[in-house]
Amino acid sequence: MAFKSYVLVCGGTACQSSKSDEIYKNFITELEAAGIKEDVQVVKTGCFGFCEKGPIVKVLPDESFYVEVNPTDAKEIVAEHLVKGRQVKRLLYQGEETKKHAKVEDIAFYQKQFRIVLRNCGVINPEDINEYIARDGYAALEKVLFEMTPDQVINELKISGLRGRGGAGFPTWLKWNFTKQVNDSPKYIVCNADEGDPGAYMDRSTIEGDPHSILEAMIIAGKTIGSNKGYIYIRAEYPLAIHRLDIAIKQAKELGLLGKDILGSGFDFDIELRLGAGAFVCGEETALLASIEGERGMPKPRPPFPAVKGLWQKPTVINNVETWANIPVIILRGGAWFANIGTEKSKGTKVFALTGKIRNSGLVEVPMGTTLREIIYDIGGGIINGKKFKAVQTGGPSGGVITAEYLDTPIDYENLQKLGSIMGSGGMIVMDEDDCMVDIAKFYLGFTVDESCGKCAPCRVGGRQLLNYLDKISKGKATRDDITKMRQIGNAMKRASLCGLGQTAPNPVLSTLTYFEKEYLAHIDDRTCPAGKCKDLITYSILPEKCIGCGLCARRCPVNCITGEKRQPHVIDRSACIKCGECYSVCKFGAVVRK
Amino acid sequence: MAKMTLEELKKLRESKKRELEKREITGKDIEIIVGMATCGIAAGAKQTLSAFLNELEAQNLSNVLVRQTGCMGYCYAEPTVEIRMPGMPDIIYGKVDPETAVKIVRKHILGKVLINDHILDKPAADIMKK
Amino acid sequence: MNAKTVSIKVNGMPFFVHEGTTVLEAAKLVNVKIPTLCYHPDLPAWAACGICVVKVEGSPKMFRACSTPVEDGMSIITHDPEIVEVRRTVIELILSTHPNDCLQCLRNQNCELQRLAAEFGIREMPFEYNINQIAVDDSTTSLILNPEKCVKCGRCVKVCQGMQNVWAIEFLGRGDSTRIAPAGDVLLAESPCIKCGQCSAHCPVGAIYEKDETQKVWKALQDPTKHCVVQIAPAVRVALGEAFGLEPGTLVTNKAYAALRRLGFKGVFDTNFGADLTIMEEGSEFVERFVHGKGDLPLITSCCPAWVDYLEKYYHDLIPLFSTAKSPQAMVGALSKTYYADKSGIDCRNIFMVSIMPCTAKKYEIVRSESMYSSGCQDIDVSITTRELSRMIKSAGIDFLNLPDEDADAPLGIYTGAGTIFGATGGVMEAALRTAYFLVTGQELKNVDLEDVRGIEGIKEARIRMAGKEVRVAVAHQMGNIEQVLDMVREAKVKGKELPWHFIEVMACRGGCIGGGGQPYGATDEIRKKRLAGIYKDDSTRKIRCSHQNPAIKQLYAEFLGKPLSHKSHELLHTKYTPRPLYTR
Repeated sequence: MAFKSYVLVCGGTACQSSKSDEIYKNFITELEAAGIKEDVQVVKTGCFGFCEKGPIVKVLPDESFYVEVNPTDAKEIVAEHLVKGRQVKRLLYQGEETKKHAKVEDIAFYQKQFRIVLRNCGVINPEDINEYIARDGYAALEKVLFEMTPDQVINELKISGLRGRGGAGFPTWLKWNFTKQVNDSPKYIVCNADEGDPGAYMDRSTIEGDPHSILEAMIIAGKTIGSNKGYIYIRAEYPLAIHRLDIAIKQAKELGLLGKDILGSGFDFDIELRLGAGAFVCGEETALLASIEGERGMPKPRPPFPAVKGLWQKPTVINNVETWANIPVIILRGGAWFANIGTEKSKGTKVFALTGKIRNSGLVEVPMGTTLREIIYDIGGGIINGKKFKAVQTGGPSGGVITAEYLDTPIDYENLQKLGSIMGSGGMIVMDEDDCMVDIAKFYLGFTVDESCGKCAPCRVGGRQLLNYLDKISKGKATRDDITKMRQIGNAMKRASLCGLGQTAPNPVLSTLTYFEKEYLAHIDDRTCPAGKCKDLITYSILPEKCIGCGLCARRCPVNCITGEKRQPHVIDRSACIKCGECYSVCKFGAVVRK
Repeated sequence: MAKMTLEELKKLRESKKRELEKREITGKDIEIIVGMATCGIAAGAKQTLSAFLNELEAQNLSNVLVRQTGCMGYCYAEPTVEIRMPGMPDIIYGKVDPETAVKIVRKHILGKVLINDHILDKPAADIMKK
Repeated sequence: MNAKTVSIKVNGMPFFVHEGTTVLEAAKLVNVKIPTLCYHPDLPAWAACGICVVKVEGSPKMFRACSTPVEDGMSIITHDPEIVEVRRTVIELILSTHPNDCLQCLRNQNCELQRLAAEFGIREMPFEYNINQIAVDDSTTSLILNPEKCVKCGRCVKVCQGMQNVWAIEFLGRGDSTRIAPAGDVLLAESPCIKCGQCSAHCPVGAIYEKDETQKVWKALQDPTKHCVVQIAPAVRVALGEAFGLEPGTLVTNKAYAALRRLGFKGVFDTNFGADLTIMEEGSEFVERFVHGKGDLPLITSCCPAWVDYLEKYYHDLIPLFSTAKSPQAMVGALSKTYYADKSGIDCRNIFMVSIMPCTAKKYEIVRSESMYSSGCQDIDVSITTRELSRMIKSAGIDFLNLPDEDADAPLGIYTGAGTIFGATGGVMEAALRTAYFLVTGQELKNVDLEDVRGIEGIKEARIRMAGKEVRVAVAHQMGNIEQVLDMVREAKVKGKELPWHFIEVMACRGGCIGGGGQPYGATDEIRKKRLAGIYKDDSTRKIRCSHQNPAIKQLYAEFLGKPLSHKSHELLHTKYTPRPLYTR
């Protein structure tokens, strides 16, 4: 016996706080009352991510999407929809885009996610080439091999407006065209899969979920610019992605989609993997190429650009994973289709890795021009534990923070740059009121200082100096003059560093200085850390009037520095306290205070 | 497999497409699709996968296809599993540990009952289907 | 060829330059000096330091002048307050990692970082010092690595790996713990280092420098029991003057002799005498092998100790091709403690032989094998570089420029034009051919100027007919150019093909010894060419220009050695080679 319909009630934290439990119970009662309990199953689900309009109730299989449902609405939905089969119009979601549609696919929340790059991720078996082929895989390659001229391919890319997804946003067609026009051979195709931003893993997921999309795109590029050899530079820390690529390459070779005389076209193309040891700087294209050549991964000055003198001084197209994954779709659907998505200057979609203090961390692919608010609140489900949003860091360690007042900025390359951040590879780390901006800047800068290749002085020395200043600030030992020096160093790094890593390394510092100068000054002038993060600036103490002497804090204290008689106020020995904050978080009576 | 010509590739695609469609439309098969990207595996997707296989064997279910796929993007709720079967909506379950996997086989597949608290979503809109 | 010109502006001044010119070079053409630190004209721009940044109108970025080629219509701004501020900050940052002990530094007043700090008027250090304390590596006979002073400009690495193809040193670590050290973090003495010293000659600061042995020399000079004698290498005489403000290439041979006497040397000899003698031995060796078929061809010269070390490490299968003749330095050393000792009646143990060399590897040569003790004592006690000598002259208060011209002491100070050109790339070959021609044909070569083997080109070839046979010769200098020559020889040998050449000259440093690792700082091709011109001027103005005509050499054979390749010659003037591992740890 099967149910005929299903009622999905959102059981996410936000919806629960707006009485979804009651809704759930009411549905069960109402269904019983209506005598259709056997036909309809009521289910509590995870968060739909559309918390702004919660509580949400979804009815399957006809995909009705009810928003802002009250417990009392259960009766009407049961009576009208489930008994009589008529939707309850007044509760159906009506976005600005549509007044009449209520199907899940059509409403705004789901339209916000638009999967081009991740089209096959979570859909096909990545270890079976047949499933890729069944979903029009290698159909774009067919077109390129048998129906299109190289110039037509490049023109399609030009119309599409696709820009490099690795960070800087250089128009892809231009790169290909430069390489195509250079009169030199051999030429090379390189896939940059050296993803390294903390918290970013869209490239890994793309390869793990859809490796053939990368291979197909690289073969297309080879045919277009006149290259017979491609390399995928992937970090050795991605064993599963490497495994899937190995399988994909093997299967493509067996079917004659890679290797000699592809599909009888007379075109040869081969792809090899090159494993990187995980140095962050090897994501920089000139350092990456040096690493493939077996040299120390250090960036080189550009020009000459890889398009002219790349791998082994030969013309080379190098694109990152996400860029490649877009190519077959553009060829299949046409550049114009792609150009329809996104903003005027930034076309298509972007995959973001949403992490930090966000309820639904994960990978989201949205059209360019989606606002940060939509991503963080509508898709990401807002901040964990209902805390206050403070800032979001985009672009990983190369980016900067963006504050609440800019949440409605449509995301594209130019807008992010204007705000002092960058698109980068698409990392997005959300911070709440408990995050200290000095601490955040220290975290990111610490990363780039560790990962600096050490070649150029502004990055190598400037980064270390900046980090030392941040350390001073977090210890309450800095002066206002140090802020001036930090800006001076930050500017020199931006202007005089050789590669993108160094040029963007001060961004987390400079942008937090811009948007949160007060917080810095609190550390300097008042020797306090408003977020309570910087250990040297905080102390924990127990309020005797609130402490009931339960002893929980004393038992949890890892250094046994809390003492007291049972049922008597306890005391913290500050000389021994390591400021781990455990007592603060376990006390149920608000007796432990942080200052 | 031998190397293909263009025509053979086109034929292969058509036949595979039909296979996929058959799976979806005539609905003879039941599919369990397990997200097996690094995030899923780290969260225990391998154990989940073997739990499914064991339970299917225990229940003597031969019409169920267990597939693996890449990341579905719900990394906060890994392991994620999608269930497609006739008479039931396509559903993505989250946080599917081996215990939940057994529940899915017994309740969702055999009992045609959705599992409370593990439903995440239905699959995202697919651009490959025009 | 590609002489396309483009129109550019530098600070608003319009002019035309060749396409492909860098912004740095273009600015220089209109007398605008863009400050640099890591850039060196010998090397491809490495673009590390970030000091040469400029703006280009219409672009929000700053560009590195050293590595940015001009484009048509480019309008470059080399100086504005913001650019200067950025440059100054970068210099200050570099200074924050550099020990502030200029007064005790060997590079004091000769340091490129110090000069930049002075030019930018840096009077205080705005940032806290953050100096990585790393131990000094003084494991080799020749060079000292002081990583603490390193500014990571990368010149030494590029020189060692690129120009020299030795691969002894590499960047290790990353971020602010990046440092320069032998690959695998072994000691320099355990590495493939050939002691050529090009790293030290290119280092802008005091991070890699010659092992200073002037104290040993001072001590000997003050020791009444020691009879101190000295020899001066050919290339020193065209470069020493630079330390006293003279133009590169200025011949200061006779002032150098005078200075050495004033320092206290009792015998002032000339390595050029040894060069003439080397030609007699090596030329005869060539005749033996080429005419009489006794021994392997091609004959390869062995005067350069860095080259000897390279061959012993990288090409030891070719050891039989090496001339067994010692270098001129070693020959003068051996003779000073035998021939000269006999003549002057002084016990070799009381003679203290110092050589003045353009070279750091010569410090290694004097102890490289037991044949360097052929006199029964260590043939040469100390070898110092041109740079060390200039410091000695200065600290002795000698007014070098106003010294009278003096001559060297006979017989070990008598030399010909053939001896002096040993200091130049192609010079050994040219000198050898002048004499070999005579030895083979019994006739003097009519035109002794063999232009084909001269000049700064990396690999040069020439053919000369002797008694109906054609002699094919090759000349290679700058270690990185040797590989392709040797690989062709090796291939011909293995495949039994016709040899590409019969006689090959190799010098490790660009331009030959005049560009040696121990020469005054700042060598560029421009300076090398001037020094070469000085060498050939010395040659062309000599009355005698062939080694076999040197009367002192004739006398030496008559009185002491007998004839070239005699038993005594072999004892004193020849050596052996042995395969050596690249890494000894």
